[in-house]
Parts: sequence; structure tokens; C-alpha cells
Amino acid sequence: MSRIAATFAALRRDGRCALIPYLTAGDPDPDATVPLMQAAVAAGADLIEVGVPFSDPMADGPVIQAACERALAHGVTLRRVLEMVARFRETDARTPVVLMGYLNPVEVMGYARFAAAAGAAGVDGVLTVDLPPEESGDLERALAAHGLDPIFLVAPTSSRARVERICAVARGFVYYVSLKGVTGAAHLDVEGVAERLRAIRAVTGLPIGVGFGIGDAPAAARIASIADAVVVGSALVRRIGAHAGDREGAVREVSDLLGQMRRAMDAARGAAAAAGA
Amino acid sequence: MSMQAKTDESALEPLPDAVGHFGPFGGRFVAETLMEPLEALRAAYEEARADPQFRTAFDRDLAHYVGRPSPLYFARRWSEAVGGARIYLKREDLNHTGAHKINNTVGQALLARRMGKTRVIAETGAGQHGVATATVAARFGMDCVVYMGAEDIRRQSINVYRMRLLGAEVVEVRSGSRTLKDAMNEALRDWVTHVDDTFYIIGTVAGPHPYPAMVRDFQAVIGREARAQILEQAGRLPDALVACVGGGSNAIGLFAPFLADRDVALYGVEAAGEGLDTGRHAAPLNRGRIGVLHGNRTYLMEDDDGGILPTHSISAGLDYPGVGPEHAWLKDSGRARYVAVTDAEALAAFHDLTRTEGILPALESSHALAYAARLAVELGRDAVLIVNLSGRGDKDIHTVAEREGIRV
Repeated sequence: MSRIAATFAALRRDGRCALIPYLTAGDPDPDATVPLMQAAVAAGADLIEVGVPFSDPMADGPVIQAACERALAHGVTLRRVLEMVARFRETDARTPVVLMGYLNPVEVMGYARFAAAAGAAGVDGVLTVDLPPEESGDLERALAAHGLDPIFLVAPTSSRARVERICAVARGFVYYVSLKGVTGAAHLDVEGVAERLRAIRAVTGLPIGVGFGIGDAPAAARIASIADAVVVGSALVRRIGAHAGDREGAVREVSDLLGQMRRAMDAARGAAAAAGA
Repeated sequence: MSMQAKTDESALEPLPDAVGHFGPFGGRFVAETLMEPLEALRAAYEEARADPQFRTAFDRDLAHYVGRPSPLYFARRWSEAVGGARIYLKREDLNHTGAHKINNTVGQALLARRMGKTRVIAETGAGQHGVATATVAARFGMDCVVYMGAEDIRRQSINVYRMRLLGAEVVEVRSGSRTLKDAMNEALRDWVTHVDDTFYIIGTVAGPHPYPAMVRDFQAVIGREARAQILEQAGRLPDALVACVGGGSNAIGLFAPFLADRDVALYGVEAAGEGLDTGRHAAPLNRGRIGVLHGNRTYLMEDDDGGILPTHSISAGLDYPGVGPEHAWLKDSGRARYVAVTDAEALAAFHDLTRTEGILPALESSHALAYAARLAVELGRDAVLIVNLSGRGDKDIHTVAEREGIRV
């Protein structure tokens, strides 16, 4: 069983919802990433998404764009991101790590070389934002050869046929994009999300994470009662960006926000379980 | 013999294939939210192009609004000054709004209206596509937002004002390199957010499927006219076609109807900027590598880690790190050749044409002119060339003056 599958199986057994923080690797500086990942785990993260900075992050809002620019200014490349994951693995053998980014850096490294390097570094899954299943066959095969899960997005615009197609190739979990927009947007419609999740569950038994637009503990709690995982990105990255040059401050902010979300999510699941019983 | 016939036949298979591939290039590389809207766009476009009413409406607008057909003009004095082949200019500069861009925006605006969209968005570099989009939006009464890099806004302030006069909102893009590629990123972000009521009018033959094919089809009127005009005026097909290539829409528009004419050589001219060896250029087909950007696989200016590199050209319209996937395919298949011309060479051609013919060409088109002059000498006096004069140069006079130390 992959690290991602094992994590979701354990959470499901305990009746808990996964908390997945997203961090842009190398933001605000390259040495900050591993300590921030460790702090996130200590604050209750179950899986970590590590963003690979890219010059043209077309699906991201201004917060993550700025984080990419800060990381790139420090010369953070895909190879260096893999080194960071390897360093994180030296102290944490349990928490799954998913790389999230755009196709071009992977394309230039070469799929086989990338998959081998990512597997060796201790990466568990790869979410390539601009690689839909229509074009992903070669990369899926390369990832599979190294036991890596391809993670795919499902969107509010995805038809049932597309959801089926995506879920047929997805492994690990499915990432439902909660709104039409870029990362960090602010118009979350929990009822609408719940309806879509029911439709996705009719197609797949994979765990479903929800992200884009979940920025605080109350929103996380509402999503926790309907999803298998809550992804928080821009809200964290904004706090990290505000503490550039102040490592302790950044770690404290990450710990605070994730801690609040963790408690609110567990309370929501506890309340739901109590109401059910 | 039969082998030869077979090869030719397969070479004429219509491209792209059903999923937007031109050989290994093209495709649809976007976030999931845009996949269904792109499929809806493809279906709507296929339906429209098969509908005689849509074609009639498009042809009528090209004739009465754009002013087509544009002339094919034999540049006798310039040809003599160059001292080689007879050079004909396809006068896209005489179109409404002053460039070939309007052919495509008329087509896409008709499609947007047919799809019931009330808002159009566009990216622009030099501002020509932004102006052409704002123009059709005004005519159809649609809301219009144009994304433009902060650096380009500074270089092309006249076009910014033109767009605002036409009722468009021009949004300054301050991310990344603040040029055309960043404007395209921002337009894609807008589209993903307003996908229900918004039609994204891409200005070139790049982007995800079906844009490269759709924009080519709308621009192919250039080549269809030119082919008929040269047969009438010169009594034969030309030896070569020459067009500048940024994203590559004016070049594809000229080339497409000649692809089956194997004896007609095709030359795409990229921007060599300060020189191909300086790194300060915008010539992905000459010096780039294969990668994925803005929804398609193509040649790109990129670093060893897959980051997109900043580009340079004196002409804002060529200042783009990628190129349409069909050009990538035409290059690799050997059907077209891609060369490059420096800022200085383009500027010299700009002056030469202006002085000998009384035609002020856009700096983009001046790249094609500069290469055509070289080619005309190589091919000799019996040869016939067509150059796509894709736009007029009025928008560039400040750039030219500034470069030459003249205050206007």
C-alpha cells in the first residue's frame, strides 16, 4: 500500500478528515521549506503538497504567483525541490508528500528521469496542474514504474464523462477544485461542493480532497464534514510571505493556522459522528 | 511512383488531428476547469464552420467591415532597389485597424455571439490584437477586457488609448516579465474565473486546441486571396512566401493555402533581437527547445530547468517565448524554413520600404521584409516572392524615433 493510501485508510478508520497544507518550495527562502514542512506536520498536517515554483503559474492567484517569484529569485529549481523533499524524509518517513506544479519543468527533465529522482527523494504523488488525462499517459507510466501516484484535479465544470475518465487514471486521492477560478479565490459554496462530491463518489471510491478558496478554520470545518481532505494553500502562503526573513514568525503562523484548522475539523467530524450516533 | 503519391497524400491529411496534435506538437495542456469549456468551444466552432450562414456572415464582415480583399501590390521600386526577384506585398496593413489581427477577431466575435457569450477578453503584446478585439467588441456591444504587460503598456501607449476609446478595459499585468506571455497567463486566469459568460479571443495560432486551428482558419483568407491574386498578376505561383513569426498567425494565414503547392518555399522570420548568440532574442524555432506553455507543446525559449526565459525584440508583437504548434510541425517536417532577422536589419528594411514605396510597415512585418530582400537577391530576377505586410507602422514611429535619438 502506498504511503498516501495508508494515510487515508488510517484516517478513515479513525473517522477523521485529512488536513493538507500547500507550501511553495523555496519560499520565502530555500532553507525555510523543510522546517515549515516539519512545523506543518507537528501542527496536525496529514499530507503535504509541495509546490514546484514555475515562471508562468497560469492556474494560480496572486499569492502563489508571488511565492513562485520569490522562490525563483533564489534559484529554486525542480532538482532543488527534490533535494528538499529528500531532506524532509531524513526526519519523517511517514507523512506523504505530493509535488504540485506545472508540466514544463518535468517535461524538460524528462519523465523517466523525473520519476526516478522523485521516487528516490521520497515523493509519493505528483499533481501536474496543466496535464489532463488526455495527455498524461506517458507520465503516468513513468510514475507507476517508481510507485508514485498521479493525482488529478476535478473541476466544477467537469462533466460526468470527464469525472469517470479522470477517476479511471487517478491514484491516491482526487483533488476537487471547489470553485471556478484560480488558487486563493474567495467564493466558496459549501452546498454546491457537497452536491458535486456526491456525484464524484458515485464514480470512484478514491478519497476526495477539496481545495482552492479554503482559508480559515470555519471554512475547513464545513468542508471537513463532507470531504476526505481539506487543502489549504494561499492562506498559508500569504502568512509565510508576510514573514520573509523571519523564520520563527513564519513557522509560528503556519502552526497557528493549521492548528486552528485541525481543531475545527476534528470538532466538526466529532459533532457529525455524535449527531449520527 | 505510387509510393510518392502515397507520401504526398498522407502529407495532406488535415491537421491537427481530433485532439489538436500537429505531429508531436499542440494538444490541450490546461487545468481541468478549462477542459470542458475548450471542448464546448471546439464543438461550437466545428458546427459554425460547417454552417453556410456563419461562413456568409464572416465573409460579409471581411468584405464590408475589414475591407477585404486586401491588395497584392507589386513593389516595383523596392524590388529594383533590392536588385533581385519581383517582390509582391500582401497588404494586410490596409485592413481596418491596420493589421491582419482583425480577420481573426471578427471570426471569433461572431462565434462568441453564436455561443451566447456577452463578454470577451484578450491578451495583447503590441496592442494590435487588443485593438482588434476592442473594435469587434464595440461593434457587437460586448464587454471587453484586454490584458497587457506593464512593459508593453509603456511601449505602446497610443494603442492603450485606442482600446480605451473603444470602450475596453485595459488591465495592466505586473507579474513575471510584464510582457505578452504574462498577459496571456492573466487572460487564462480571468477565463477560468468567468468561464460561463466569457469568450477568450486568443490572438495567435498558439494556446490549447482548438485555438491554433481555429485562428489559422480565420487567417487563411490571407493566403487564399494571395494565391488567386498572384496567379492573376504574375501568371504563376510564387517561388517563395515570407512572413514574420511571433506566435505565427499572419504566417500561417499566408502559408496554409499554399501547403500543398510543394514548389512554393515557405519562410518564417523570427526576431533575432540583438543577435541569436546574445540570448537577447525571441527565436524559439531557431534557438529554443520543445516544452509546454499556454496549453500546447511547441518550441520555447526556456532554461535548463524548464523555466520560461525572457525574450527581446524591437517589435512588441514578436516578443513571445513560444510559437504556434503548427509552425513547430512545419519546421520539423521540413515544409517550412525558419530564419531570423535582427532589430537592426528590421529597422533598415523599415526605412527602405518607407522611402522607396511610400509604405510604412510595422516593425513586425519589417522582419519579413528584411529577409525577403536577402532572399530576392539569392533567387535572382526571374523569381517571384510574396511578403506578408502584416501591419502598418504608425504604431511604431515612437519606437523608431527613440532608437534613433530623435524627439517627436
